Amino acid sequence: MLLSTRPIHRPVTRQMSPSNRIFAPLAHLKELEAESIYILREVVAEMARPVMMYSIGKDSAVMLHLAQKAFYPAAPPFPLLHVDTTWKFRAMYAHRDRMAQEAGMELLIHTNPDGLAQGIGPFTHGSAVHTDVMKTQALKQALEKWGFDAALGGARRDEERSRAKERIFSFRTPHHRWDPKNQRPELWRLFNTKIRKGESIRVFPLSNWTEIDIWQYIRFENIPIVPLYFAAERPVVRRDGAWIMVDDERMPLDQGERPFMKSVRFRTLGCYPLTGAIESSAATIDAVIRETLAAKSSERQGRVIDRDQSGSMERKKQEGYF
Amino acid sequence: MVSPVAESGHWNTQSPKSASPPAEKSRLRFMTCGSVDDGKSTLIGRLLYDTKAVFEDQLSDITTGGAGTGEAIDFSLLVDGLAAEREQGITIDVAYRYFTTGKRSFIVADTPGHEQYTRNMATAASNVELAVILVDARYGVQTQTRRHAYLAALMGIRHVVLAVTKMDLMDFAQEIFDKIAADFDAFANRIELNNVTAIPVSGLRGDNVACTSASMPWYSGPTLLDHLETVEIRSDDATAPFRMPVQWVNRPGLSFRGFTGRIVAGQVAPGNRVRVLPSGQDALVARIVTMDGDLPVAGTGQSVAITFDREIDCSRGDVIVDSEAPPEVAQQFETTIIWLGDEPMLPGRQYWLKTATKVVSADVTDLKFLVNVNTLEHLAAKTCKLNDIGVCNIALDQPIAFEPYDVNRDLGSFILVDRITNATVAGGMIHFALRRSHNIHWQPTSIDRRARAALKGQAPRVIWFTGLSGAGKSTVANLVEQKLHARGLHTYLLDGDNVRHGLNKDLGFTDADRVENIRRIGEVAKLMADAGLVVLCSFISPFRAERQMVRAMMAEGEFIEVFVDATLAEAERRDVKGLYKKARAGLIKNFTGIDSPYERPEAPDVYVDTIQESAAAAAERIVTKIIEV
Ligand SMILES: Nc1nc2c(ncn2[C@@H]2O[C@H](COP(=O)(O)OP(=O)(O)OP(=O)(O)O)[C@@H](O)[C@H]2O)c(=O)[nH]1
Ligand SMILES: [Mg+2]
Repeated sequence: MLLSTRPIHRPVTRQMSPSNRIFAPLAHLKELEAESIYILREVVAEMARPVMMYSIGKDSAVMLHLAQKAFYPAAPPFPLLHVDTTWKFRAMYAHRDRMAQEAGMELLIHTNPDGLAQGIGPFTHGSAVHTDVMKTQALKQALEKWGFDAALGGARRDEERSRAKERIFSFRTPHHRWDPKNQRPELWRLFNTKIRKGESIRVFPLSNWTEIDIWQYIRFENIPIVPLYFAAERPVVRRDGAWIMVDDERMPLDQGERPFMKSVRFRTLGCYPLTGAIESSAATIDAVIRETLAAKSSERQGRVIDRDQSGSMERKKQEGYF
Repeated sequence: MVSPVAESGHWNTQSPKSASPPAEKSRLRFMTCGSVDDGKSTLIGRLLYDTKAVFEDQLSDITTGGAGTGEAIDFSLLVDGLAAEREQGITIDVAYRYFTTGKRSFIVADTPGHEQYTRNMATAASNVELAVILVDARYGVQTQTRRHAYLAALMGIRHVVLAVTKMDLMDFAQEIFDKIAADFDAFANRIELNNVTAIPVSGLRGDNVACTSASMPWYSGPTLLDHLETVEIRSDDATAPFRMPVQWVNRPGLSFRGFTGRIVAGQVAPGNRVRVLPSGQDALVARIVTMDGDLPVAGTGQSVAITFDREIDCSRGDVIVDSEAPPEVAQQFETTIIWLGDEPMLPGRQYWLKTATKVVSADVTDLKFLVNVNTLEHLAAKTCKLNDIGVCNIALDQPIAFEPYDVNRDLGSFILVDRITNATVAGGMIHFALRRSHNIHWQPTSIDRRARAALKGQAPRVIWFTGLSGAGKSTVANLVEQKLHARGLHTYLLDGDNVRHGLNKDLGFTDADRVENIRRIGEVAKLMADAGLVVLCSFISPFRAERQMVRAMMAEGEFIEVFVDATLAEAERRDVKGLYKKARAGLIKNFTGIDSPYERPEAPDVYVDTIQESAAAAAERIVTKIIEV
């Protein structure tokens, strides 16, 4: 039962007006950058065979940029791995190939051959099966195929509440499972990287970054990102309350349904049938930052796969999803 | 129309770098802690909500998925992100959340109150500058409150907020608050937490969280958020002498050798004279290399790559320091450790020790006492169990550069890692180097081990027989010694029972004593091998880690592990000394195989199955192995 006297809510505007905050606190970004570089170097110094997961999104872009800084003047001493579901936006494939080439890094691409043979896709099998077969299982296959003992991922703790619980160096069993209830203590900056054969570690150098940090860093560092992050007129249809872009002819349309042009952009990028766009006219980075600061919903809202069931991210992660 | 700027993927906005420099906002890392169910997660949820760090979809997640409906949102569900946590209504592991206000950006770690999860609380405590310790207004200061306050003080957190919460359940009464604040103060003084700000709050309703409470007019201090925004956090690291642990040597080609790392104290500039520790060689800094161009100076917290004006030996784990003000180098320390492992600490057992970027081997040589977190009494003990806090001496297998934890967190902290399970079993803080390690030097002798062995015409060996009691270790070892003796080799047999009559008569059969037993035998065997002997050691030696430890003491190839195997049933059937019967009757405690484990060797050098093979045949095989290698 609630009592009647309520605290006085002073009308304090804690957030400065968005336009003032386009300029991030540099000290803050520099600190995040230094921390991430430290993490990347620890991985290379202590692990036998690391790989960087490259999913072509904005977080991957920042992570790749940080890796280039960490090992400059050398190229990052590990390959990039893209687990390809074959359902990414076309613009992402173009961006991926260009970035790997510019970074001078080896790009490994893996698609689950069983899933491919069975024609698994989000339209025919639904998002849950598609994600499990083409992402989770495919990732495990790839890690085993090349024998990686450390996989760097661009996940951030502010993305989702089970991610908020994960260590920076996150231990995985030989079956790639995460046990959220029994994580290794992680004191100071002393990461325990000892593992046995078959076990591995997922490492998240961007753990402490927030969505707005990512955008501000992209702006200050001039980091190239996929153009889909900026608003443009794109062909979309309405599905389950989300704007889905018709990126190729595999998109089944209802009878008489016609995609129409709308000014949209994406806050996150994944498989196009599972990634909702937001209505926006933010065509420049500053405009995107302004919108991000004013956003009322989280970036994950556009992701169809995260909404299957509550707690589904945690379950997927336990099974080996990134 | 598509904007060409955006769709190209690259953009050249009005050159972002020329924009007027932003006001620098500082970042504060803080955590909540305190006893179970005191309302830590609720308070953080409320803080996030009031600072508008919660998105609408996240809010709808917890209003539909959680218990809370209508206006009473269950704020704890904003941070208790694991399914098990929401099911049980408790926090299990740390949640990291981020929010920002006009004055500061914050990283907050919400920690579990349950004693069982203390190691997760310690994980958070090691990386924050401020702790909000919560106390439930109904129950006052609890053991767990004291434990967390003690840990916070121990780990060097200088700023503490005492949040007396659930004031709504105690009619917002000032006496309640004053009493709890006074109780806590008394304890805080004893553990030298001098910077405590007490605030009465209701996490559930938001009183004095981000907004001043109308229900507590008697309180005129700051709200929690006001305090967090304005508390001054200072670190001396930036003005201290330069220190940088080397993470990784970057050598893309022959012409470039950069030493990379994160500066943990002071600053550095080209031309500075620096020293590499522990080797002690000096060099001048030539360049500070980054992808954005060379830097004229770099300071604490920055990740950089440094090059020298000359070629000197420097690799991962070394520390580059100001040559005018170098830290100490030592091999033995007094420390405080927080035990985080499910298995207890065993003095004498070798653990991996990681400090800064260096990994060495270390053991606890002397556990001085444990601390009772409630009374602060010192308790004598032989081991540390989960969540124990102990003061102990540790010895490393090589010297390291260090600073006391009070002076520098990065150079004064360490973790211990179990060599078999790879679990992180302890966090530790260095107090000081032990004088011993400065003054005791190894006395070089002019006749060395090789000379002594050569005179005997043999290669020294340590043959280690391990197995259950009654497996046949002594029988086989005896036969082996007879055969070697007959061939004119100089041998000595160390046997478990015999050693316990003399050298180790002060030791019992607890895990800790078993480890010490084997350590001493290992040292004796090592001296004998040094004297050139073939040493036969017959000991149950149930733990892999200790057998590993003895192996590591000996020269490469000198140690031969012989696993004398018999099933427990068979050993028990033989029961030559009648010990199994006694153990089964409960007359002997900690008997291997019965109520104390035996860890089978994974890859012994010789395997003897005493059910299949006769002792004589096994002995012959072992002799061949000794002579052939
Ligand atoms: N009336 C009232 N109830 C509160 C207040 N704060 C928390 N509670 C209730 O106390 C219970 C425990 O709250 P939590 O926030 O989960 O406690 P906790 O300290 O995070 O618990 P652990 O993390 O498991 O140690 C919940 O039922 C809350 O609703 C408060 O200020 N007033
Ligand atoms: Mg909690």
